Amino acid sequence: MSGKKITLDAKGKYYKQFNELIRQKAQEGYTDFVLENVNGHRYIATALCGDLKITIKGVAGQDTGAFMGGPHLRISGNAQDGIGNTMDSGKIAINGMAGDVLGYAMRGGSIFVRSDVGYRCGIHMKAYKDYVPEIVVGGKAGDFLGEYMAGGIILLLGMFSDKPDAPVAGRSLGTGMHGGVIYVRGSVPESQLGPNLHTQPVDEDDLQTIRRLVDAFALEFELDAETVMNENFVKIRPFSHRPYGNLYVAT
Amino acid sequence: MKAPERYYDFQKDISGCGVFGVISREKKLISGDMPINAMACMHDRGNGLGGGFAAYGIYPEHADKYAFHIMCDDRRGVEGSEHLLRQYFDIHEFEPIPTRETLAIHNPPLVNRYFVTVREDKPEDLSKLPEDDYVVAVVMKLNTQVPGAFVFSSGKDMGVFKGVGYPEDIAEFFRLDEYKGYIWTGHNRFPTNTPGWWGGAHPFTILNWSIVHNGEISSYGINRRYLCEHDYLCTLMTDTEVVAYELDLLIRKHGLSWNLAAKVFAPPFWEEIKTMPEQQRELHTALRYTYGSGMLNGPFAILVADNNRLMGLNDRIKLRPLLVAEKDDMVFMSSEEASVREVCPELDRVWMPKAGEPVIIDVKE
Repeated sequence: MSGKKITLDAKGKYYKQFNELIRQKAQEGYTDFVLENVNGHRYIATALCGDLKITIKGVAGQDTGAFMGGPHLRISGNAQDGIGNTMDSGKIAINGMAGDVLGYAMRGGSIFVRSDVGYRCGIHMKAYKDYVPEIVVGGKAGDFLGEYMAGGIILLLGMFSDKPDAPVAGRSLGTGMHGGVIYVRGSVPESQLGPNLHTQPVDEDDLQTIRRLVDAFALEFELDAETVMNENFVKIRPFSHRPYGNLYVAT
Repeated sequence: MKAPERYYDFQKDISGCGVFGVISREKKLISGDMPINAMACMHDRGNGLGGGFAAYGIYPEHADKYAFHIMCDDRRGVEGSEHLLRQYFDIHEFEPIPTRETLAIHNPPLVNRYFVTVREDKPEDLSKLPEDDYVVAVVMKLNTQVPGAFVFSSGKDMGVFKGVGYPEDIAEFFRLDEYKGYIWTGHNRFPTNTPGWWGGAHPFTILNWSIVHNGEISSYGINRRYLCEHDYLCTLMTDTEVVAYELDLLIRKHGLSWNLAAKVFAPPFWEEIKTMPEQQRELHTALRYTYGSGMLNGPFAILVADNNRLMGLNDRIKLRPLLVAEKDDMVFMSSEEASVREVCPELDRVWMPKAGEPVIIDVKE
């Protein structure tokens, strides 16, 4: 289907009416949206399905792209908290920074953030069969990245950050993770990792995955993939399949 | 105005207060429209059960006097509070706080303001107290002894305006668009554990301190008992009240720096303290030992101000959002970037501070 384009202005519109308008236009067959003057409007593209392209100009509000299945969102500015909450499939590219709990309980699709992310990003991510969610962060992350992660991939580059003095990831990285993998460009101090976690060197398979993600990330933000790849990577994996399996079992 | 009967039976709802602050480092006066519009942008973070603002630099013609804002249920409360004020202060000027009738604000209390100085002949019971302690003691006395009356602001060249309603409606009621100040904070309340009543809205204040808070302070009980030992009596039935009094105790009375007070509120974890250089380790160990009862446990993003400063602080595991932005001489702190962009679309820098690390911005002297 050839893209049917429409530009919608969020200025002065309440988020409910604005989201209703977007859904109505999607039902009318529009597939290519430009949303102007978005400023903290919540729930844009939440649970929206289909082959849609949506450009959000401004600050994306809470839970943008939550439960989303399919659309490609491009956010020109920064994004607030809870972006891609329990997202199912599709893509979100944020050409700035993002707040806390990005990709919370994400089940599939990909999120690219050019710069820094807040706390608890990728918390409770999970994978099932072909659904493998992916998050690539170009900058640095706050504490609890990938907390309770059950599946999927997080790639943390630490390159395009506004926080020169901060470590690449905050404290308690991967705390409680029992599935999935976190890749970090360069290295990460072990003291930043959650209990019993260690960094490991990456192997050929890992590098292939990283290369694929870096290419997609670089393409999204017009960056040089080679510069990104020109450094070592480490990975963090759960220390066992069921690290807390015996927590409530009398032994 | 009093908390409704059986308020503890009210159904709880999910939390999401909103805070906003702005400071002009050059002390340029900012119209009330800016914080009002910023708070209105975060309308949905509250539920209409509390809104309020603190403004600094609004009473320059009375800058040498304490500006008491008092809310009363009825005339009896007004008479009682004025009687008490006259015992302890010289009242230089007083008037009803100018208000507008607005449909959104129901049954407001009587709100009056008094510009006062301490009497030469202090009454016997408080005569030994230094001036600031004397003022604090009168506030405690009024809040606990005059039925149906509460002091909601008691600083110099600053004032707090708050009540039950969305912040933009409270601003309309108090005509805040007519005020200009060089520091503003605002709050949109979504009460979770305590009643939404006029005295329980934010900001909370004592002397020049003001605080707005998103979150909940689970340590309220221990904080309150600790403050009680130091003659601060909590009467407003909202957890945040303890922070206002702790600021006064820790910074004004005990002489801690703002930075160290922030470390009392949100101390580093013991395992972080263990890895610090010796002097730091001793300092933070001593702080935790001395002020364990002052620690704020629970999720919070707070904005604290006095006449020269604005500070933003998160709990140490960052369970609430807080963003800082700069534009020329102005620094903004807010729950949401959107609220800042609403009033200042182009920003020089935007960032989210590290959990437990205060962001402290001073006005230039």
